[in-house]
Amino acid sequence: MDFFKKSPWVLHYDGSSCNGCDIEVLAALMPKYDIERFGIINTGNPKHADVFLITGSVNTQNIDVIRNLYDQMGEPKVVVAVGICACTGNFYAECYNILGGVDKAIPVDVYAPGCAAKPEVIIDAVVKGLAVLEEKKKKMKKKEKNIRKDKKKETQNVMQKE
Amino acid sequence: MSTIIAVIIFLVLAPLIGGVVSGADRIITARMQSRVGPPVLQPFYDVLKLFGKQNLVVNKYHGDYVLCFLIFTIISGCILFGGGNLLLAIFALIVANVFIVLAAYCSNSPYTLIGADRELLQMLSAEPMLLLTAVALFQVTGSFNVSEIIKTNHMPFIYLPGVFIALTYVLTIKLRKSPFDLSTSHHGHQELVKGLTTEFAGPSLAYFEIAHWYETVFMLGLVYLFFANIPVLGILVVLAVYFIEILIDNVNARFKWELMFKSTWLATLILGVGNLFLLYFLSM
Repeated sequence: MDFFKKSPWVLHYDGSSCNGCDIEVLAALMPKYDIERFGIINTGNPKHADVFLITGSVNTQNIDVIRNLYDQMGEPKVVVAVGICACTGNFYAECYNILGGVDKAIPVDVYAPGCAAKPEVIIDAVVKGLAVLEEKKKKMKKKEKNIRKDKKKETQNVMQKE
Repeated sequence: MSTIIAVIIFLVLAPLIGGVVSGADRIITARMQSRVGPPVLQPFYDVLKLFGKQNLVVNKYHGDYVLCFLIFTIISGCILFGGGNLLLAIFALIVANVFIVLAAYCSNSPYTLIGADRELLQMLSAEPMLLLTAVALFQVTGSFNVSEIIKTNHMPFIYLPGVFIALTYVLTIKLRKSPFDLSTSHHGHQELVKGLTTEFAGPSLAYFEIAHWYETVFMLGLVYLFFANIPVLGILVVLAVYFIEILIDNVNARFKWELMFKSTWLATLILGVGNLFLLYFLSM
């Protein structure tokens, strides 16, 4: 019984965003939408976060930062690309400095288009991300179970040989 | 025998009460900010989720230190609620605090190092008042043992109003509430990313949360002792004091450590020690 659906903590990072999507993410935390009703907290710490909300596209300056933050997050984790710039790069995709959407840096689980993405879309995207999170947790559990089974078999084999 | 029963009840009920109080705290804070807030049981969902996360460790020691913090917080609460020596309970809490500072130091990130320094300053500001509370209760009731303090037939608050007010001032530090949440901040706030707890992830953070619940119940128990001879009044005062702490949390910005240090020592000396001196002279 896992509680990721009940308490998803969000890490918000602004790539090269114009801040429009960031304002919508913060608006989701404000009285009108209040996503804390769902237990969502905006934590600034990747080690505490489950959902990585990225706005803005990837350029050479922030690609290492995004990868660093993603690596620091603990399993299971989900990446939600908020806004069309994070999804594909929007009309900036052919600029000299833009490498593209977030999937150029890290694997993305949910794409939430929009310019700026509405808070309703952001909430929908996070909810879809939670379903993916639960799936990943189940896979993690299966993997751990298999590793433990294999270890057990190995020790049994070694003891039999002796 | 009744000590053992009291300790077992404390062990089981305190995290439940602490969690519900923490959830109510978040709901009241949200309502003050015109929001709706999470469900009351949200802190339990948070802790249970944290147990399912990957245990990211910096080195092999910091998890053990956090566990020691939890264990000693539980021990200090068991001593208090089991009717034991109040001084020992407060010193056990200090030991627990030292363990969390060690955990932060050994995590060795810039944020946790500063957070650990600030936690030490918070301890330096808050602990003298806690020890003074024990001395004050001894002056009024003649015993350091909680089992005798609660059997007193006069209300300690009547003799110790200054000590009580100074204790609630210092309570803000121990409950990690604004304006004194310098070393680590709660739930959506950030101070040095997460200060002390920046490098704790998954189960370590869950232990820290649970220890915070135990500590909250300990502190509220300390407040209750001032009204111990009328239990209903004691519980009402505890609820009122916690509500005032939430209010103070919402209307204040974080202090710098110099201001926290100076203001708590002023409160301790003028209200706390002043009260004790007054009692001494009046009893002569």
